[in-house]
Amino acid sequence: MGLFSRRKTIFVDSDILVIGGGMAGCGATYESRYWGRDLKIVCVEKANIERSGAVAQGLYAINCYMGMQWDENQPEDHVRYARNDLMGLVREDLGYDIARHVDSSVHKFEEWGLPIMKDPETGRYVREGKWQIMIHGESYKPIVAEAARKAATEVYNRIMITHLLMDKTKPNRVAGAVGFNVRDGNFYVFRAKAVIVCAGGASHIFKPRAVGEGMGRTWYAPWSSASAYALPILAGAKMTQMENRIVLTRFKDGYGPVGAYFLHLKTYTQNAYGEDYEPKWYDSLKEIVGDYVDRHPVPTCLRNHALLEEVKAGRGPIRMVTKEAFQDPHKETVGWENFLGMTIGQAVVWASQNIDPKETNPELTTSEPYVMGSHATCSGAWASGPEDYAPDEYQWGYNRMMTIDGLFGAGDTIGGTAHKFSSGSFTEGRIAAKAAVKYITDLGNEQPEVSEAEYEDLKKVIFQPLDTYAVGRNEIVGGTVSPSYLLPIHGLQRLEKIMDEYVGGISAHYTTNQPLLDRGLELLTMLKEDLAFLGAEDLHQLQRAWELQHRVLASECVTHHTMYRKETRWPGYYYRADHPKLDDTDWHCFTLSRYDKESGSWDMEKAPVYHIVD
Amino acid sequence: MPTFVYMASCDGCGHCVDICPSDIMHIDTTYRRAVNIEPNMCWECYSCVKACPQNAIDVRGYADFAPLGHSVRVLREEAKGTISWRLKFRDGREKNFVSPIRTTPWGSIKSASDYDVPSRDALMSQELAHEPLALNIERLPALKRSQLVQGIL
Repeated sequence: MGLFSRRKTIFVDSDILVIGGGMAGCGATYESRYWGRDLKIVCVEKANIERSGAVAQGLYAINCYMGMQWDENQPEDHVRYARNDLMGLVREDLGYDIARHVDSSVHKFEEWGLPIMKDPETGRYVREGKWQIMIHGESYKPIVAEAARKAATEVYNRIMITHLLMDKTKPNRVAGAVGFNVRDGNFYVFRAKAVIVCAGGASHIFKPRAVGEGMGRTWYAPWSSASAYALPILAGAKMTQMENRIVLTRFKDGYGPVGAYFLHLKTYTQNAYGEDYEPKWYDSLKEIVGDYVDRHPVPTCLRNHALLEEVKAGRGPIRMVTKEAFQDPHKETVGWENFLGMTIGQAVVWASQNIDPKETNPELTTSEPYVMGSHATCSGAWASGPEDYAPDEYQWGYNRMMTIDGLFGAGDTIGGTAHKFSSGSFTEGRIAAKAAVKYITDLGNEQPEVSEAEYEDLKKVIFQPLDTYAVGRNEIVGGTVSPSYLLPIHGLQRLEKIMDEYVGGISAHYTTNQPLLDRGLELLTMLKEDLAFLGAEDLHQLQRAWELQHRVLASECVTHHTMYRKETRWPGYYYRADHPKLDDTDWHCFTLSRYDKESGSWDMEKAPVYHIVD
Repeated sequence: MPTFVYMASCDGCGHCVDICPSDIMHIDTTYRRAVNIEPNMCWECYSCVKACPQNAIDVRGYADFAPLGHSVRVLREEAKGTISWRLKFRDGREKNFVSPIRTTPWGSIKSASDYDVPSRDALMSQELAHEPLALNIERLPALKRSQLVQGIL
């Protein structure tokens, strides 16, 4: 420790520790304070909660709002919608729970100052689609962060959480978390009675389409580094539906959103020769998924399928027909502000390539896969359902508690609940926080105890890449090639290549099979071994090193899940070429995994799916 | 795109370093001014551009797919509650947009602890903070256990 002997260990005690200050984390922090007036509530974030998480640059729509006050939708309707979009498999108990609460969150956002567009005649929110309302959301995150800051006892920015801590005597009880400050390098030990993981999902586990400077322009934020999954996985929590990665159809290169274009501006797609191509692929889809192809609205993955097949047939590029809609100046403004509000990079791409959608129909493409729990996909931790109606198999105490005592989650972290988006993630944070306050209240004076040996061991592991670099760097004249260490970017690019080629990325046309997955796992195992030789030049690179560790563990989980589910449930997201059809007889179920960090093995099992009747 | 910083405008205040969600804006130790140390981990979120008091940060589209000659500039005015955009195409065409960003004064949100302390019964109920009032409906909807059945629909 000679080089970094001035590093301090800082202990922070709290009742509730919220890890990650994005939408879910801000919701959890706010609600913790509302119910737990005397509790010490700490929110820890690797960036700055003012602009962190997936909503950092803003949003132009809130995609999950029922409108119960105007009888627009009921929670049941949203459950049916999400179930349909995810080909039958969602945790309907959890989805209903978010849907019944989400309107109150949105109404608070409006009270706090978020500009929500309204119809001047009816006074209702302007609908972009059945579930979406339109906002001027450039400051969505700063507004929500203001509410969270006022609620928290303390917010710790720029601390990367690397591991959860378990109780000294109870192996299945969480006791806190450790991490490091990316500015001063101090080591942080957080001790807490309850922990709510609200960290981000996973970009950059599959090779992105952009290859150089543009590799950061992934659809999902590059700072979403799979901590949502790695933290619970390492602690031994059960995970679900991790194979259910998402692929997005978006405007080419900038990944600008298409929701407002389809729903509000009524633009539509066609192939290079001006043809409507989706009906052409109806029969091929019916072969794969049977009657699911006739569901309405057409599930997101199936729409991807038609686009992919059309491109493979050599009739690309696929274009969005914007020229008609953009003749209307109001629609033109909406189209541009949509990007400026949430994906500025797309505006940059169009400006740079002289694409004015009034005159040119812009190209669409499909993104590389991402793993997340809040969009049209539902990977994440297996969580207990609401007390008032969840079936017994989904219910072991407290709402949104994982299979680890005292460990809660929300947002990208919790699996089975697709289509929560920003408002639903915030709402799920609130649900988890209220349950955590109940948990602490029931606990009385019992206080979990962290083990000094455990956090001291972790401290060595966490800072090792700095020492590895410092020593190895002296061996070589300069440059990035060393026989003694790998830089985080090296490991990241190897991971992306493995996942891309073996687990169903873009260059494999999202297709994989058992032999490919077997080989992918062999290579992932070697990558995991090599992570012991990560070298970090400074604290920024140390953050990258731990982001990579989280991504690799999540990727391993994704690969095991993909191997376990022997069917093609979501064509358009990925294909098991050796099991090319949807199989409701054997696979109308959730897949669950549990990682044993001692042996490195993964236990897989199935869990039943419960549906709302009708 | 990565963001870049104009030498003549940056005074090294560090607002961009403080806000960047990707931790890629750092202060260069030689010039004492900000620099994007990792352009390929930039999301073009413009958080740093908006936060810069000197308007010293701009963006040049990603080299692997954005031809030169464009610009997308922004002015975020918290006091006015607006954000203004100016787009310049490679061929010189321009577009301008202005949107509201907030309808209430900054700092005006009522703290969660400023509401009446909720009762124990409320804690044991399924209602979240401010419900059912904030739902604008009479009561929180609920399912019955019997409405959930296992199997294939």
